[in-house]
Amino acid sequence: MTTEPALSNERHAQDSLAPLRGVITDWSSDQRSFKSASWGKTMMWIFLVSDTFIFSCFLISYMTVRMSTTVPWPHPSEVFALTINGKEIPLILIAIMTFILITSSGTMAMAVNFGYSHDRVKAAILMWVTAAFGASFVGMQAFEWTKLIREGVRPWANPFGAEQFGSSFFMITGFHGFHVSVGVIFLIAIGINVWRGDYDTGRVGFNGRRGRYEIIEIMGLYWHFVDLVWVFIFAFFYLW
Amino acid sequence: MTDATLGEKENVLPPPAEVEDVELYHAKSWLTHYVFSQDAKYIAIQYAGTAIGIGLVALVMSWVIRLQLAFPGAIPFIDASRYYQAVTMHGMIMVVYMLTAIFLGGFGNYLIPLMVGARDMVFPYVNMLSYWVYLLATLVLVASFFVPGGPTGAGWTLYPPQAIMSGTPGNDYGIILMLASLILFIVGFTMGGLNYVVTVLQGRTRGMTLMRMPLTVWGIFAAAVMALLAFPGLFVACVMLLLDRTLGTSFFMPSIVEGGEHLKYSGGSPILFQHLFWFFGHPEVYIVALPAFGIVSDLISTHARKNIFGYRMMVWAIVAIGVLSMVVWGHHMYVSGMNPLFGFFFAVTTLAIALPTAIKVYNWVLTLWRADIHFTTPMLFALGFIVTFVNGGITGLYLGNVIVDVPLSATMFVVAHFHMVMGVAPVLVIFGAIYHWYPKITGRMLDETLGKIHFWITFLGAYAIFFPMHYLGLVGVPRRFYELGETAFVPHSAAALNIFITVAALIVGAAQAIFFFNVFWSLRHGKPSGGNPWRATSLEWQTPETPPGHGNWGKELPIVYRWAYAYSVPGAPEDYLPQNAPPLKGEHSP
Repeated sequence: MTTEPALSNERHAQDSLAPLRGVITDWSSDQRSFKSASWGKTMMWIFLVSDTFIFSCFLISYMTVRMSTTVPWPHPSEVFALTINGKEIPLILIAIMTFILITSSGTMAMAVNFGYSHDRVKAAILMWVTAAFGASFVGMQAFEWTKLIREGVRPWANPFGAEQFGSSFFMITGFHGFHVSVGVIFLIAIGINVWRGDYDTGRVGFNGRRGRYEIIEIMGLYWHFVDLVWVFIFAFFYLW
Repeated sequence: MTDATLGEKENVLPPPAEVEDVELYHAKSWLTHYVFSQDAKYIAIQYAGTAIGIGLVALVMSWVIRLQLAFPGAIPFIDASRYYQAVTMHGMIMVVYMLTAIFLGGFGNYLIPLMVGARDMVFPYVNMLSYWVYLLATLVLVASFFVPGGPTGAGWTLYPPQAIMSGTPGNDYGIILMLASLILFIVGFTMGGLNYVVTVLQGRTRGMTLMRMPLTVWGIFAAAVMALLAFPGLFVACVMLLLDRTLGTSFFMPSIVEGGEHLKYSGGSPILFQHLFWFFGHPEVYIVALPAFGIVSDLISTHARKNIFGYRMMVWAIVAIGVLSMVVWGHHMYVSGMNPLFGFFFAVTTLAIALPTAIKVYNWVLTLWRADIHFTTPMLFALGFIVTFVNGGITGLYLGNVIVDVPLSATMFVVAHFHMVMGVAPVLVIFGAIYHWYPKITGRMLDETLGKIHFWITFLGAYAIFFPMHYLGLVGVPRRFYELGETAFVPHSAAALNIFITVAALIVGAAQAIFFFNVFWSLRHGKPSGGNPWRATSLEWQTPETPPGHGNWGKELPIVYRWAYAYSVPGAPEDYLPQNAPPLKGEHSP
């Protein structure tokens, strides 16, 4: 009884190259290089790699102009503060937004889980809950934009300091918000398909093909990615 | 024989299919069949047709440039603005809208599904969208010819600050349309590129391992991966430059005075644009070159009836070039000024690319060594490619060195270099590939005599154009200049050489009419080709119908037993074995 874990550990140690060997076997085989991934999932992963490069370029550009400008950079914790009950609380809105977006990743993961078991009602509802979280995130972003614009922040100038602050802020959060909005639209639309049972009945979609429950998982990949990107934007833009 | 095949397993039936055969979308109307087609073969022809069409516009632009350089001021229409607009549009169209689109969108769409034994691309609907967004991008670009101020004349690199400042032609509308068009192009390309990559990775038929794929597929695959990683740089650069131009942000714009007036910009980094642009721009060279490498390998092997020398080396060289080319972009920026350590890094990585490239050239030559060379038109174009590519590659070694590049950077030497290596060389491959695959696309042969006349005029003519430019560059003739005027350092003979180049350029451009005549005439009057006129091994020649029908393969997908280079096989019924022919007894092919 007690020796068994030790034995299996030993076997594991001997064959520590096994995962690597598996990769080599898959890549040198015919038909598919990623044996467990469907076409759709592979495509989403590769798209996300490409999108990572886009966000990286945006963030690196933001860092570069932050260094190249000669005017001091505005202090984020002052700019992004809300006055609640007469008290100025730094970064409170962003904290709530971040919390909501990360929560939405949780509901998305649950939707994916119910998608696996073809539980269409629960999966659809959870997708719509995710979409609602996403929409409220975009809504709060709109609120934040409005507040900053009222305070005189523009892409070309702002009262707090370097003008690149406003330009980078609107561009990067705008591009991310666009990603979230696209995600919300797709979550609602695919949620309708799931609710209606299209993936059980094999209904032919607008592109002339039948969908599968797997689309929920693909949607989930995208959603978690958008969430992850937000963490980087949050760290580099609001905390730095 | 046994020594050579040691360690090779005997060719056997590959494992059973892992996924069920796909359900094809069948077009119901004329519109969805021919116009909004989801069939990769139709999309390929749409892509190639659009690319060649816009390429002809760029050809006319090159005539405008050459006429001005040879006969400065002789044609009043070509003023300085129009000259710079022609230079800009010629460069941008040729590199992005013509070469990238035809290699990946054209040949990629046609050849990848056929060569890996798939029924279509993995996501035909997205593939169709890719073409229509590309067409939209092209139309937006063409629209810039008709707006007030005309297209942008910022140079194809679109460097800020000058790209968006007054004084640069087309700075009011042309530059906006150019940037919008590039953003659209990237969106469209991403949809196509994902399809090409996933089809190669996940959509292959039974027995088609990665190391059995024809090098054409390898080249296009590597280029598509690189494009997905490099285009983001251009995308971001275009978005930010567009914001600088339209909203007045200062991402790339430093504090600057224009006409005695201090502009509202301040604090941006023009060098940042150069980094983003060349992070795209250098891989772009190989996005164009790698498919050409792949195609030329297949043309040489097929028309010399010999297996490609060092197939594995060829594959790894493609991968190595792809990886290295992502870290060399700084060699375009030596004259922008950089830390000497960076100059050292970029020079070393640049020169390191010569190693895998040289391996490829040696392997092409060794494939030809004692081979049964058939001087067909595709073969002639492939040989022409090797010559021009080696020529352009060697001058690349000069320019990759910082100290050599700095004095040569602003001269015609650079023009000669990149036209040889990424202008003439890939275009020769495109022609060779069209002569090679036209029979599969149409079921008829192109006329060989016309093809050979076309080849010799194009090849010798291209040399007549670009070889003298090296000398012009070395005597110090600057590039980008509208006219030289009286300069002490440029000898008068330079003007004579410029006239010679222009005459050659006009002749070569006009001679392309032979090619177009051949393509259209042969559609009806060409010799019927049959399914496999070149007796080639790769899968696209083994389709049950020619041109291949919807779904490519009839009822059963092909099963692959060997690599694509089984030429001159001893014991084979003919001198070659198609990839899907059942194995010979005891056969050991890769």
